[in-house]
Amino acid sequence: MAKFEPVLFARINKPDSTSLTTYKADGGYARIKEFLSMAPGDVTNLVKDAGLRGRGGAGFPCGLKWTFLPKDHPGPIYLCINADESEPGTFNNRILMEKDPHQLIEGIIIACHAIRSSNAYLYLRYEYGRSYRVLDAAIKECYAAGLLGKNLLGTGVNLDIVLHRGAGAYICGEETGLIESLEGKRAWPRIKPPFPAIEGLFRQPTIVNNVETLCCVTQILYRGGAWFKSIGVPPDPSNPRDPGSYGPKLYCISGHVNKPCCVELPLGVTARELIEEHAGGVWKGRKAKAVVPGGISMGFLSDKELDTKLDFAGPGKVGCLGLGTAAVVVIDDQTSMVDVLFNCCRFMSHESCGQCTPCREGTAWMTKILTRIRIGQGRIEDLDLLMEVAGSMGIIPGTTICGLSDGAAWPVKNAISKFRGDFEEYINSKRATETSAQKLMEVH
Amino acid sequence: MSELSEELRLRIRQEFPKYPNKRAVTLPALHIVHDAMRAVSTEAIIGIAELLELHPAEVHDTMSFYNFFKDEKHALGNHRIWVCRSISCMLRGGEEVLEKVCNKFHMHPGQTSADGKVTLEFAECLGACEGAPCILVDDECHMDMNAESVSALIEKL
Repeated sequence: MAKFEPVLFARINKPDSTSLTTYKADGGYARIKEFLSMAPGDVTNLVKDAGLRGRGGAGFPCGLKWTFLPKDHPGPIYLCINADESEPGTFNNRILMEKDPHQLIEGIIIACHAIRSSNAYLYLRYEYGRSYRVLDAAIKECYAAGLLGKNLLGTGVNLDIVLHRGAGAYICGEETGLIESLEGKRAWPRIKPPFPAIEGLFRQPTIVNNVETLCCVTQILYRGGAWFKSIGVPPDPSNPRDPGSYGPKLYCISGHVNKPCCVELPLGVTARELIEEHAGGVWKGRKAKAVVPGGISMGFLSDKELDTKLDFAGPGKVGCLGLGTAAVVVIDDQTSMVDVLFNCCRFMSHESCGQCTPCREGTAWMTKILTRIRIGQGRIEDLDLLMEVAGSMGIIPGTTICGLSDGAAWPVKNAISKFRGDFEEYINSKRATETSAQKLMEVH
Repeated sequence: MSELSEELRLRIRQEFPKYPNKRAVTLPALHIVHDAMRAVSTEAIIGIAELLELHPAEVHDTMSFYNFFKDEKHALGNHRIWVCRSISCMLRGGEEVLEKVCNKFHMHPGQTSADGKVTLEFAECLGACEGAPCILVDDECHMDMNAESVSALIEKL
């Protein structure tokens, strides 16, 4: 296969890539007036027909989401940009915002036109200080150049973008948690329905889109839906509900590899290809024991599943939750899955919002059980107990409001079913690997 | 801690036109106060509530949800250092970095140095996994860190 030329990342290594002048010199905003003169429904159809699926984790078809808005609504309709990228292992949106903010802003302008919105709120996690400063400067440049504000470029379209900084909570990445947080409340996800497209931010129709999704929208408008569909994986004919996995995707690779990085490739590359050809192989000449396919909430691939295609359908075929954020974390063969799973459970327990009992209690107890194992007091029955707790929490068993809980349960289910030997050997050895660093954090 | 200064009140009011109601200014207001005063005191909560036309309990309810904001008993130092402990950093020695730095400066995670210069904390994924282990100094990320480079950064503050 010929080398793939990056599109979303085409400009990130250019000097001064963040300024409006260089973005325009590279052809940015060149056709924005033309796009704003299109009928909003035509823009939506273009994105829908391109087969763009949301890049934030769930993979919901983007154009279809836009069509859920009520017709002829008097407004206001809101667009929320989800830049609360907090899934462990994920950093693609940070690079997009730090290096090419105008590609995102152009996508926001186009999306707001499609959904007839004049108000966009960009919810940015607090930790992305550099992104904040770059975006703030880029938005100011746009206002000065008439690309934002009243009567945008004389087209009669109005649009304001407000940068809103979060305060370090993972749950704000869940779309209704994000909305609650924006409204000034604790980020407790809402019971759906009503979905945000019907009743979202400030009880108005709202669309929540991820940063990378909106950057794809910009590229689809310039290059066409057929271009987008020429990349990636078409639907599986044996599954009538599979919408396919089209377009380029930013894959993050981190953990035990020689060259951790973020690369743009057509959807559907294998985990092995990412590790061997793009991340310089597993570090220290070791082999991979396990690979996280798309952020820790998606579970684990075993070393025998490295040829799994990382498209929207691939990870599900080997028991993972899905593609998630396509953040690949490699774990080498010298690392115990007990330690890795403990880290995942501790994260989820720390980040559970506490609203639903199965999640609040489940994540805490799973962390406690794993702590017991890691101080050498584990029992073999603990593994079944972990599976029982994990099996009773989440949207899939129907016991919680949002999917955080499924994301907390999945790594447990995958780790114990795919690496049971690791856990049994650990428990039987009665060894203790809880480090003094971890004890320090317990005091906290 | 005293009431909100006129300057802070003005900066909070400047956020109002961005949102259709005042309650949505809760997080921006908390950030403005927290950043300037290194904590949000009970008096400050009452001050914010007055400006936003909310009950102080509503402001406190929101504030207490986000571990990010500290009350006056846990006021921050001049700078805040976060060491990432999530999976990609853990796999590349992030927890050991945190431990060595804690030992060197005789601090526990969450504590502020005696001279009030630095608060040291652990963080969940900072989104800079290509440069693991990574840390955040206030809101600026530093990648590919080790105990020595973190200590050097702290000593320069």
